[in-house]
Amino acid sequence: MSVATAQRVIEFREALREAMIEEMRNDERVFLIGEEVAQYNGAYKVSKGMLDEFGSRRVIDTPISESGFSGMCIGSAMRGLRPIVEFMSWSFSLVAADPILNNAAKMLYMSGGQFGCPIVFRGNDGAGGQLASTHSWCVESLYANVPGLKMAIPYDPYDAKGLLKTAIRDDNPVFFLESERLLSTTGHVPEEEYTVPFGQALIRSEGTDCTLISFGRPLHFCLEASEELAKEGIYCEVIDGRTIRPLDIDTMVHSVRKTNACVVVDQSWSFASVGSEIASQIHAICFDDLDNYVHRVHSDDVPTPYSHNLEQAYLPNTRKICEAVRAATYNA
Amino acid sequence: MNDANTTGVEASGVPQTMQKMSKIDLAPIPNEGVLLGWLRQMLLIREFEVRTMQAYQNQLIGGFCHIYIGQEAVAVGSIAAVNDDDPIVLAYRDHGHALARGMDPKYCMAEMFGRIGGCAKGKGGSMHMFDADHYLYGGHGIVSAQTPLGAGLAFATKYEDEILKGGKSSHVTLCFLGDGALNQGCFYEAMNLASLQDLPVIYVLENNRYSMGTAIDRGTSMAEELHVKSEAFGIEHAIVDGKNVIDMYRKFKSIADWCREESRPFFVEAQTYRYKGHSMSDPRKYRTKEEESREEENDCIDLLTTFLTEEFDFTKDALKQMNKQVKVQIRDSVTWANNSPETPMDEMYKDVYTDTWGPYTGTSKPEMLEEGGET
Ligand SMILES: Cc1ncc(C[n+]2csc(CCOP(=O)(O)OP(=O)(O)O)c2C)c(N)n1
Ligand SMILES: [Mg+2]
Repeated sequence: MSVATAQRVIEFREALREAMIEEMRNDERVFLIGEEVAQYNGAYKVSKGMLDEFGSRRVIDTPISESGFSGMCIGSAMRGLRPIVEFMSWSFSLVAADPILNNAAKMLYMSGGQFGCPIVFRGNDGAGGQLASTHSWCVESLYANVPGLKMAIPYDPYDAKGLLKTAIRDDNPVFFLESERLLSTTGHVPEEEYTVPFGQALIRSEGTDCTLISFGRPLHFCLEASEELAKEGIYCEVIDGRTIRPLDIDTMVHSVRKTNACVVVDQSWSFASVGSEIASQIHAICFDDLDNYVHRVHSDDVPTPYSHNLEQAYLPNTRKICEAVRAATYNA
Repeated sequence: MNDANTTGVEASGVPQTMQKMSKIDLAPIPNEGVLLGWLRQMLLIREFEVRTMQAYQNQLIGGFCHIYIGQEAVAVGSIAAVNDDDPIVLAYRDHGHALARGMDPKYCMAEMFGRIGGCAKGKGGSMHMFDADHYLYGGHGIVSAQTPLGAGLAFATKYEDEILKGGKSSHVTLCFLGDGALNQGCFYEAMNLASLQDLPVIYVLENNRYSMGTAIDRGTSMAEELHVKSEAFGIEHAIVDGKNVIDMYRKFKSIADWCREESRPFFVEAQTYRYKGHSMSDPRKYRTKEEESREEENDCIDLLTTFLTEEFDFTKDALKQMNKQVKVQIRDSVTWANNSPETPMDEMYKDVYTDTWGPYTGTSKPEMLEEGGET
């Protein structure tokens, strides 16, 4: 069988849709709810056609009431239903911060294990393209601070489907962070049933000189940087963390023990971030292996600017990543 | 929603809800000069939006961009009814209000071009028009975020007038919101506070009957009786024809004067329609072409033009002349915006704090940058 016929290639958004459709077929307790998910087929067409298959009791349009519908779904999850809540953007989840952080993440603990919260919150995270500061939130660092929730960030269609299926089957609240910029990207997704487990990082490209760790869209720039650096004789090992909670620090440590250098790329702000957490863990575990401190690339420490050139300079980009790797490997 | 009710034109008499407010009389119709000014403003906004769409297609504008065409009379009629120093705050569909408030269109265009000449130095973009000189406290991107801010601006003017100046509360705040924003909880918290604290804020509901692809009755309970939303808080309410700038103004003027005098909040439903898609990438499949053309036939600019023609022999030529001037002004604005330099890099760390600190890197203490901010 040639590679071409063996590999079915679909869009990221289709992979997400397939995951939801398959899980909804398998389990009647699963439903999808959010703004414009049903009649409009999703603001970003992720849920296209799902209303037709499942009807309006299981694919549900809501008013612009994030706090209300998140809380409502958490209540239903306490009774054992398994909602998938779409935020048009994670930026809008901020108005639902109390239910998703206080109720979803803590329900099991507060009830002494009596009431769980099997729910998935999903939607676009991070900068879209000149959406300015209110609409460009990277919530991973804010929310990863909270115990009781899981967090996944898929990079390609294969993981989008596999991780989302795992998320829907998980008995805990999962924050599933997609990127609007990745939705139209394509990749191989097998026809057969599969899932991608949480807590297993993926080595996206192997290398000997520097471990480059990232999640989601910035991986694109890491891979680009790693190609550019290879021309200079610096070989990066690019690790896709895939899930932030749980975090597969072992795979990262294993790589750093080989490369003795590490750069973490995280689209959120630097202060008290996922990036600083990973750096701190690697410093603690790989203290004797590192030739240099762990370097980090983040968005600049300012609200996201609208202006195109400022936004480009603000985001983690290939140039910044190359500079950080050169510095971390004493090639600056 | 049934069609007879949509434009409010049929209901151009005094709406039922107004009758309770017997103390509010319709303000007189202003003179021809004022009306011509409004016509010019509406033409200006429309032309501005046409050129905005063009610029967006030409990728001079990025991000989300929301066009105000169809709703011009709401901004023009209501803003004309308050004083120049009365605060205004609103959502992201904000170009029209900025122009109606007196912002030079070139600053508005430059903002969308991401240029240093923009009203927010290119940092906010289409959804975030701010203009301190014109007491415009922003377009706001998060649906309904502006509604508590509106209460806060009214709280501040009242505090300043009564406590700091020891006088009588003498300002009124305009807070615009879309019909979709009715369903955010913060709006109800804001109304409750406004009522409890007697805040002079007018919540101007721009009911264009859709929030993105959601028709109002699919997303909002009691969609045909929206007055109940404010009644629950003891806040007075009225319905106005948002396509008829004269009607807008006459009721609005009385309402604004009453709010100023009594220091009380108000809820006004302006019935209107947005002609274009929600944003630049909306195929509008959720409504019919027939509905759209019916709405466009009842157009705010045409209505005022007809009135002027009938009452003051305003000629076709005069209209042409005005249109020409407006086109020139907007064309010049686009040119000006295009010539304004891109926002320079040293703006990155400015305005984060009142002192310019930066850059924070995670490995060093940020420095206080010089005035003028070298990075
Ligand atoms: C809290 C929040 N949720 C969702 C959105 C996405 N969104 C932007 S505008 C909009 C529709 C709002 O409609 P409406 O209030 O009627 O205003 P209109 O666009 O008609 O002017 C939505 C859902 C947002 N900006 N903020
Ligand atoms: Mg609307």
